Amino acid sequence: MWSKKNALFVLLPATILVGIGAMVHEIRSGHRLFHSEWGSAGTAAHSPSEFSEVFAPDPLEGLTAGVGEIQVPPPPLNPETWPCSQCHDKDLRNSERRVLTAAHEDIVLHHAEESRWCLDCHDFEDRDKLHLANGEKIPFEESYRLCGQCHGPTYRDWRLGIHGKRTGYWDGSKRYLLCVNCHWPHAPKFKPLQPLPAPVRPEFLGGTPSAEILPAVGAGEKTLDQGAAPGEPAPAVKEEK
Amino acid sequence: MSDVVKHGRDSTSADVGQGMPRREFFRAAAGTAAALLLCGCDKDAINAYLQKRFQELSPDEVKAVLARLERKYKAKFGKDVTVSAKPARGGVLFGYGLDLSRCIGCRRCVYACVKENNLSRQPQTHWIRVLEQEKAKGVDLEDANPYYDPETVPRDGYFYIPVACQQCRRPPCTKACPVKATWTEPDGIVVIDYDWCIGCRCCMAACPYGARHFNWGEPTLPPEDVNPSMHYLGNRPRPRGVVEKCTFCIQRTRDGRYPACVEICPVGARKFGNLLDPQSEIRLIMEQKRVFVLKSELKTEPKFYYFYSL
Repeated sequence: MWSKKNALFVLLPATILVGIGAMVHEIRSGHRLFHSEWGSAGTAAHSPSEFSEVFAPDPLEGLTAGVGEIQVPPPPLNPETWPCSQCHDKDLRNSERRVLTAAHEDIVLHHAEESRWCLDCHDFEDRDKLHLANGEKIPFEESYRLCGQCHGPTYRDWRLGIHGKRTGYWDGSKRYLLCVNCHWPHAPKFKPLQPLPAPVRPEFLGGTPSAEILPAVGAGEKTLDQGAAPGEPAPAVKEEK
Repeated sequence: MSDVVKHGRDSTSADVGQGMPRREFFRAAAGTAAALLLCGCDKDAINAYLQKRFQELSPDEVKAVLARLERKYKAKFGKDVTVSAKPARGGVLFGYGLDLSRCIGCRRCVYACVKENNLSRQPQTHWIRVLEQEKAKGVDLEDANPYYDPETVPRDGYFYIPVACQQCRRPPCTKACPVKATWTEPDGIVVIDYDWCIGCRCCMAACPYGARHFNWGEPTLPPEDVNPSMHYLGNRPRPRGVVEKCTFCIQRTRDGRYPACVEICPVGARKFGNLLDPQSEIRLIMEQKRVFVLKSELKTEPKFYYFYSL
């Protein structure tokens, strides 16, 4: 007799089977596991040796554990144009607000430019100095005082070690960076960076190891010094200013 | 029935027979096994097999273990390495701060960690996972994407949360370990004795942050990429079949240095220091900024604090 109960016995397993089949198909064809947004990211393992230029050389020189002094690197002055007074002598002086065309064309001010221009920070009389709002002349090494006039909370955080990068010893001497080591003062917004490769997704973890990251131990002729496989450029990392 | 048993015994173990008492047989067998072991294997292998749990080793035994490991890694990688077991310093409790308004998701920290901590290149292991989140959704770990791969970061409308071991004050992982192979050190670092871990992965199931990683395959590490400055509880190369995780770069931080991820971060979003020192960066952050911890409702009490400086 074909009762409702019997129908349930047939239909329910059938539905479950079809469902499992569809799921298996979906997984095998990659629809379920491959987030469309991810693209091919996370299909291969990458090693830090592929982008060794990202990793700075050992920053420990001149620093000692247990001593609490802070070192600040010199400001990144361009040796071709520094000192400024080599060009800006007594004859080359023009305090008129204008677009620079004769020199420094690369400097396009993008730092509250509607209310600011060169001589608000650079000193007109002594071109190798900066000046604060109160007229006090300061060397380029102390440019953070100039920045701190407007960026008070950030200045305070920087002095406490909350803002900015510190390297060295947490319990001893450390190296600080000046504002201008990271932020170009004429356009200080941080430029976007190319991210390093995504991690390998679990379904690719067991994939065939690529030659460039497998160790040569016991493998004999395999060498490791090459950066990337031939025909496949190593992922260039754009470090913008 | 008894005939069958008797017959079987007679035919298979005729030499043992009635002539040799059982006790003597076992003594002879043990002696032979020991002799075989001593001749067949080298002393290091035997000592490795007989090694006790790290916390139960005497100072002399620790020295012997470290020397043996240095020999082992030199043989494996062909270069001199130092394996330290530097203990925690008094009056130090490590804490970590991460500025979510600065992090741009560039993954420099991920690979600096791989390099510093001798992580397996293949199969790939990462101790840090950077999650991309929609700003509109806020911190929602269920909906985060670790596989983001745009041309440049940060992507408009997204923010980034790097997640590694949260170094909990009440770690569920150490409670879950059936053999006490993982514990909290006096300076607050949750560590693993890779030589005692049995690979049951109970700690991984217990960790709410996905911070522990299992070596399913034999970890591989190119010899020229080996970081020779190692710590027993930190970045020494792990064998297959054990669990590993972030140790706040124990080999660096116990020497007073910053962790590798702190030093590589191009935006200075990562902060590290002594929670017991009121003048340390991490304490100043906790006083000046509003900090939060991940999954605070679980009462794991992490020492890894996230904050917004802006």
